[in-house]
Amino acid sequence: MITPIAQLRQSAQEEATRFPALLARAEHLAGTVLLGEHGRRRSGLGDDFWQYRPLRPGDTYRSIDWRRSGRGDEQYVREREWQIAQSVQLWVDSGASMRFSSHKDLPTKGDRARLVALAASILLIRGGERVGFTGWSLPPRNGDIQVLRLAEALTKDGDEDYSQPEARGIIPHARAMFVSDFLGDLDPMEAALTKAADRGVRGVLLQVLDPSEESFPFKGRTIFESVGKTLAHETLKAGDLRERYLERLAERKARLDHLSRLTGWQFLCHHTSDSAQNALLWVYRAMDGGH
Amino acid sequence: MTVLGPLGFTAPWLLLGLLALPVLWVILRAVPPAPIRRMFPGVVLLLGLKDDDQVTDRTPWWLLLLRMLAVAAVIIGLAGPILNPEDEAQGAGTGPLLVVMDASWSSAADWRARQAALDALLSRAEREARPVAVLRLTDPEVPQFQQAAVLRARLTGLQPEPWEPGEAHVTRALSMLPAGDFDSYWMSDGLARDSREPMLDALMDHGQVTVFQSPRNLTALLPPRFEDGHVQLTARRLHAGSAREISIAAHGLDPAGNPTVLVRAPLTFPEGADEGALDLSLPAELRARITRFEIDGARSAGAVSLPDDSLRRREVALIAGNENREGLELLSPLYYLHKALEEDVDLLDGALTEVLPANPDVIVLADVATLGPGEEEGVADWVEKGGTLLRFAGPRIAASDLSRDREDPLMPVRLRAGGRSVGGAMSWGEPKSLAPFPEGSPFEGLAIPEDVTVTSQVMAQPDPTLAERVIAQLSDGTPLVTRKRVGAGQVVLFHVTANAEWSTLPLSGLFVQMLERLAISAMPATPEPGELVGTIWQPIRVLDGFGAVVDAGTLPGVPGESLLTADLGPELRPGLYQGEERSLARNVVTPDSVLQPAIWPDTVPVEGLSRPQETPLAGWLLALAIALLLADVIASLALSGRLRGARPSAPGTTAVLLALVLGPLAAPGTAQAQGAPSAQADAFAEAATAEVTLAHVITGDAQLDELAQNGLRGLSETLYYRTSVEPAEPMAVNLESDELAFFPLLYWPITPSQPTPSPAAYAKLNEYLRSGGMILFDTRDADVAGFGAASPEGRKLRELAAPLDIPPLEPVPQDHVLTRTFYLLQDFPGRYASRDVWVEAAPPDAEMVEGMPFRNLNDNVTPVVIGGNDWGAAWAVDNRGNPQVRIGSGFAGERQREIAYRFGVNLVMHVLTGNYKSDQVHVPALLDRLGQ
Repeated sequence: MITPIAQLRQSAQEEATRFPALLARAEHLAGTVLLGEHGRRRSGLGDDFWQYRPLRPGDTYRSIDWRRSGRGDEQYVREREWQIAQSVQLWVDSGASMRFSSHKDLPTKGDRARLVALAASILLIRGGERVGFTGWSLPPRNGDIQVLRLAEALTKDGDEDYSQPEARGIIPHARAMFVSDFLGDLDPMEAALTKAADRGVRGVLLQVLDPSEESFPFKGRTIFESVGKTLAHETLKAGDLRERYLERLAERKARLDHLSRLTGWQFLCHHTSDSAQNALLWVYRAMDGGH
Repeated sequence: MTVLGPLGFTAPWLLLGLLALPVLWVILRAVPPAPIRRMFPGVVLLLGLKDDDQVTDRTPWWLLLLRMLAVAAVIIGLAGPILNPEDEAQGAGTGPLLVVMDASWSSAADWRARQAALDALLSRAEREARPVAVLRLTDPEVPQFQQAAVLRARLTGLQPEPWEPGEAHVTRALSMLPAGDFDSYWMSDGLARDSREPMLDALMDHGQVTVFQSPRNLTALLPPRFEDGHVQLTARRLHAGSAREISIAAHGLDPAGNPTVLVRAPLTFPEGADEGALDLSLPAELRARITRFEIDGARSAGAVSLPDDSLRRREVALIAGNENREGLELLSPLYYLHKALEEDVDLLDGALTEVLPANPDVIVLADVATLGPGEEEGVADWVEKGGTLLRFAGPRIAASDLSRDREDPLMPVRLRAGGRSVGGAMSWGEPKSLAPFPEGSPFEGLAIPEDVTVTSQVMAQPDPTLAERVIAQLSDGTPLVTRKRVGAGQVVLFHVTANAEWSTLPLSGLFVQMLERLAISAMPATPEPGELVGTIWQPIRVLDGFGAVVDAGTLPGVPGESLLTADLGPELRPGLYQGEERSLARNVVTPDSVLQPAIWPDTVPVEGLSRPQETPLAGWLLALAIALLLADVIASLALSGRLRGARPSAPGTTAVLLALVLGPLAAPGTAQAQGAPSAQADAFAEAATAEVTLAHVITGDAQLDELAQNGLRGLSETLYYRTSVEPAEPMAVNLESDELAFFPLLYWPITPSQPTPSPAAYAKLNEYLRSGGMILFDTRDADVAGFGAASPEGRKLRELAAPLDIPPLEPVPQDHVLTRTFYLLQDFPGRYASRDVWVEAAPPDAEMVEGMPFRNLNDNVTPVVIGGNDWGAAWAVDNRGNPQVRIGSGFAGERQREIAYRFGVNLVMHVLTGNYKSDQVHVPALLDRLGQ
């Protein structure tokens, strides 16, 4: 009878060991971007003066800046930058296809996706945004504790081979970030994007690919299997398939790019052999640029 | 057996199996390679793609060929191939057989092969039931024909002798030849000599003669000569051919008295020459220790050469009473001795106590009156054992009480007080000249120049023994040189000074000759035979036929007249002979020896040693087949893509397979054994240099080492988070075996029980400190002892640090750069908060500039920081990043830990940036922060 509890505890401990490592790496990564891009904006964001505007109906009297208003007849409201925090919703592919790396020195796609997503979350939360997941599992909130919750949620692995994006519970006019290899069926993806665009949500698509998926360096008689072993394809001469595989991959990327243009999103294809910092920088700019 | 050319087969019918190979070819051809399973998420994109054409499902031709070759090797191997099969029909004969052996030193080199050949001959004679007798020409005994089996049992007892069969031996052998008809088998050593002809004629009278002669080249080493400061070695060879290099080894005793090879040098025979020479320039000390020269790898008495005294230069120690360096060189007591001796002997300089252990042949004391008690005993001992003590008189001896009332053991005669002076400005009489040398004196026969005069001398006290001790005297009969024998050595006194103050003797050629006669300077290389008449020379070490030096044991002495000229034989063995005052070597090969190949008449058949040997090839072929099949396994795996990459386990398999294949081919073990330490060192270097790495010294206390490791990890993490220094995991360093140069900082916690490093480790540490490394010594006792020698750790630190090259230290001054490299600090607490932390002292001339908060100190990084605050414990964190050791209580303790971390950060910054923060450029910013 002790077995399930022991197993649960062991797996919980295993999860726990992965979790601080991811958090630490993500914080480190985030630290590099903050220093490089926005050195002095780190503290006091949200308190910065933005502009004075005349009082409008609906404003409370408490919001009137009396010092400014005292100089004239009109009442002014002192607006601060970032006062209304944006909600950013993440979807990070947890499918089995992400648990793949072609070389022992390379991180798996899933690791890289989580790292970039969490680092971006840290940046956004420090910038005063609310960050959460799409769907109802983790609604957007702010504060350091949310970083821990995000890190915890990100360490969960899904079972299905290619997972579908979660487009439910997207808050209107929020921003979103989808991280995946986008190797699954694109139709649900398109549906999710259109739905999000309909609600005025804009964001980024980050495609994380392994270098071997980009170069297809295989030869000879081979049976290719998906990570979850649900799909298999046998060929006698893998080398001959290369051209056509690359064609299909390019087509898929073009479709994603096209889709993102239509909906006002931004798309980047990132390889695990590249530096995570590049991806993070791009994501941060893409999110930042929308404001 | 079927024979095809040089090949024979024991089972030739198995070769028919080769016909089956084409069938195998067809069968093996049609095997497609197995598919590989690969994990690949991109398989979605592949679904529905068809192959353009089918990949060939045939095995590639080269793999087929490999397999065919393996099968063919198996078939041929099983057919039992033999290279050079024995033909048993040769050389049969009947009747008695006499085996004549030269058995000289020159046949010793391949004696084993000769024994094997003789064994084969005897076994054939045994089969043919021929009676056999053996006659060794170097040591002839009456041959007795007997069963070959009996002789075979005695075969190992036949040994070569270290001399050649000379006329006398052959005459004796001829007289011993049995009557009647017999065939002869002559095992010749290959050298031409006159005695061969009568022997051959006699043997041919009795029956057929077959000669067995090895075609191998023979090398011999001539006795070494000493000329122009070089040892000249000459080697000769039998056949002049292409250029060849041999290696000559000089054997001798190392300083501890163990036999060893002192020098090894190559000697080259030029092309077409049968003689090669080698010049060895050796220090005298080394030269004197050589006991024999030997050609490496040649096992023969001719390849060994024994040097005698002719190689040795005598060692003479010169010691003067007052070496007045300020004075004129010509007045130095030793000047003329130097001039007279420096050509021929090795001069030793130094104090008497330093010279004695070198055991010189002669010690010269010029006007030395008193010796220390220890010195006197040592010198007496040394004289007793054969040393020659040569003393010169002088003002000091004349003024001292030396040998006044009773005879000093180190003086030959008693002296009268004061000495005398003749022929000077204040005395009557003419300067005295020398009288002819008395009979029996070693100087007998030397011509006395006219101009040698003596103006002053010390006078000998008339004693009963005086007359026999005088070996030179003045014209008025007063002794000039006296000698006394003490044990094996002698004490000689010149009653004048060694410089020209008291006499003109040192200015004359006679002085040099006298020194020569006293056996003080070099002696003539080889004595004339005439000089040796009537002397008996005792053998000390002799050579056997193989060139091994053996103790002479109870061999009888040899009369001097025959030592140099007589032929070598059982009575006069080659070796080293000891005479009264010197030793002489008798070598097998002399400069007169000529090596010439023996020429045999055409009627005599000559056999060689190098008969092609019967070699069974089956084993080699089967091994080849296995190797090919293993190669096939790897090739098949490679073809199907399983050799690399597809599965995580695949590399392991490959390694195992490679090891299986290569294991038997490479010499097992040696390669790994040699590669392992350097590979380990490489791995260490790689780990230490990939990132900045902090290190601590292994103290041997497991708990302390772990604490130090955890402490440095805590510090590394702090650095990682707070600064741009991103250190890797800290390492533990073994001072004895690990390279230190990779580490910017060594943390060395002191425990009283840790071992003191070896001198090599100290050398490494000093090198480390000199090249900019820093060691943080931590006695961890600040709570009980403060800092100093009051605790066991403090005393241990003194002991450990004593051999280190540490500059003067001072407590960290207020303005030391360590207080501001990263954080602004004034205290350096660890687990304890003592203020006593010591660093390299600032130069005394450092000055405070007006208005500046600190002195202008642009010195180096301090090589050591010494304290007792137990920083390692304060920094230590466990695996989860929690502090491991409690400090103080509550918030104050945590604050102290924080300051400890800041000290660590400052320290690492100081090591890495030097005194960058000491630069005055930073003054304004620092002033601003300091609020001044």
